[in-house]
Amino acid sequence: MTALLSLERVSKRFRGLVAVDGVSFEVPEGALFAVIGPNGAGKTTLFNMIAGAMTPDAGTITFAGAPIGGLTPDMVCRRGLARTFQLVRPFPALSVEDNVIIGGLLRRRDVAAAREHAQALLRRLDLFDKRRQLASSLTLPDRKRLEVARALATEPRLLLLDEVMAGLRPTETDRMVAILRTLNRENGLTILLIEHVMRAVMALASRVMVLDHGVMIAEGTPETVVRDPAVVQSYLGAEVA
Amino acid sequence: MTLPSMASARLPAEGASRRNLALLAALFGALVIAPWVVNDYLITVLILILYLAYTGQAWNIMMGFAGQLSLGHALYAGLGAYIAAVLFKQFGIAPWLGFLAALPVAAAAGAIIGFLAFRFGVAGVYFAILTIAFAEFARIGFDHLSVVNASAGLFLPVTQHGYNDLWNLRGGPTMFYYVILAATMLAFILCRGLLNSRIGYFWLAIREDEQAARAAGIDTFRYKMYAVMISAAVTSFAGVFYAFYYNNLFPEQVFSISRSIEMILGPIIGGVGTLFGPILGAFVLTGLAETLNSAMVAFGVDLPGAKQVLYGICLLLVVMALPSGIWPWLSRRLGLTDGSR
Repeated sequence: MTALLSLERVSKRFRGLVAVDGVSFEVPEGALFAVIGPNGAGKTTLFNMIAGAMTPDAGTITFAGAPIGGLTPDMVCRRGLARTFQLVRPFPALSVEDNVIIGGLLRRRDVAAAREHAQALLRRLDLFDKRRQLASSLTLPDRKRLEVARALATEPRLLLLDEVMAGLRPTETDRMVAILRTLNRENGLTILLIEHVMRAVMALASRVMVLDHGVMIAEGTPETVVRDPAVVQSYLGAEVA
Repeated sequence: MTLPSMASARLPAEGASRRNLALLAALFGALVIAPWVVNDYLITVLILILYLAYTGQAWNIMMGFAGQLSLGHALYAGLGAYIAAVLFKQFGIAPWLGFLAALPVAAAAGAIIGFLAFRFGVAGVYFAILTIAFAEFARIGFDHLSVVNASAGLFLPVTQHGYNDLWNLRGGPTMFYYVILAATMLAFILCRGLLNSRIGYFWLAIREDEQAARAAGIDTFRYKMYAVMISAAVTSFAGVFYAFYYNNLFPEQVFSISRSIEMILGPIIGGVGTLFGPILGAFVLTGLAETLNSAMVAFGVDLPGAKQVLYGICLLLVVMALPSGIWPWLSRRLGLTDGSR
């Protein structure tokens, strides 16, 4: 497998604080790659640099063979990386279907074609029956799936998920895990997720990277990473206990 | 920058779009035959209503669809008015050709304001202030511009011949009535087309959440520029109409902020971001003002300013009771749509 996304010695500083410190890793095409770490480890900063919301101070981010560091978020999306937001941001006064149509119009000029595309995605994400509701009327789990649907509508090669499981009940988490696994296996979609919910990470991820104080402290399969003493000490210890 | 609540979902309930079309056809039909039925006074009132419906729709493209609040739309109308009037007076160029000259100028003015604001991150209230500032620049500038006769005012020659000269827009109220009626209908068709196309969806996304819109791949700068330019260009025709209908132009009046406010009251009362809102709002506002007028005459009340106070109270009550405007509420009550158009 070749790397779809690769980061090389990427750093970001906020005044004195080094949020991300020389992080390098590769996400192979078709992978389900998880980034975990305690609060304040720099996960969201890392995510924002990949998604174009922040410019790295140093290092290079390469996607599909071309550097994307410093591009604007809309350019990044047009290159084929779609993101969700940690605090969900659907278009509140628009219907569920219109939310997804907007994503679909990125690569389609025709609204009818975008609607067809949106409806197919809404069926996959169990939102089809709610397509005429306003996005603001949805429950949190529905909104999270709506964000995924809108991102998928832009037809990304890489889906970036920022704590998409946070705030979900275990049954809802399992449902989301099942959806993401299907997208990965059946459509070959590469997924990079930042996640706190270990239940989801263990069930989903093919590879895990652990970030602590802006530094990568471990990388590997989920089984090896959770046994890593440094990881247990800095992160998992507290949670498992 | 958002008003309390904007257009809701677009998907109409089953059969609603047909009822919607029926309503539209009935309204249009009534307006077409109106000159044969109503008296001259009512025709002048209807001209005012349609003028405000037209400008309200133009403003709504920018604020209602794309979420960019302009409080300086008098600028675009004023440019249209002065350009067409000067070309007609100095060179005898017909107003329709004058409009073709005014349209790119208004769009360019919108582009300059938009570029400055969107490139340098001037948004929300600050953007609104910038739009006021440019209208004020124009007012002061035109006040000292001799080619438009500065603050002394520009007057168009009023012809005496008894027929209507549509090409030169010289004629009676009925002719002006049909001109503004046609313009309002065309603006409605344009707005409907825009709202249901790719550009309309992108505007709504920007209005709802600009950051999320960018994350969905939308070049928000470009689409906000389109909104300002299209809105400005559409507004410029209202100015051409104004110049030839009233025959006199004073910078003090044409570019005044009250002109800009007048344009936005209709959509706010009717429903920002909806297609019918600006039209309904114009009817309600002008109807209310005229009713208050006649009522005060009928009751022999002669208190200066009393009409304005009553008018203000009525508007306040509407805005408090229906913060998203009358149309979303009315259309739900009538089962016409879910309130989006």
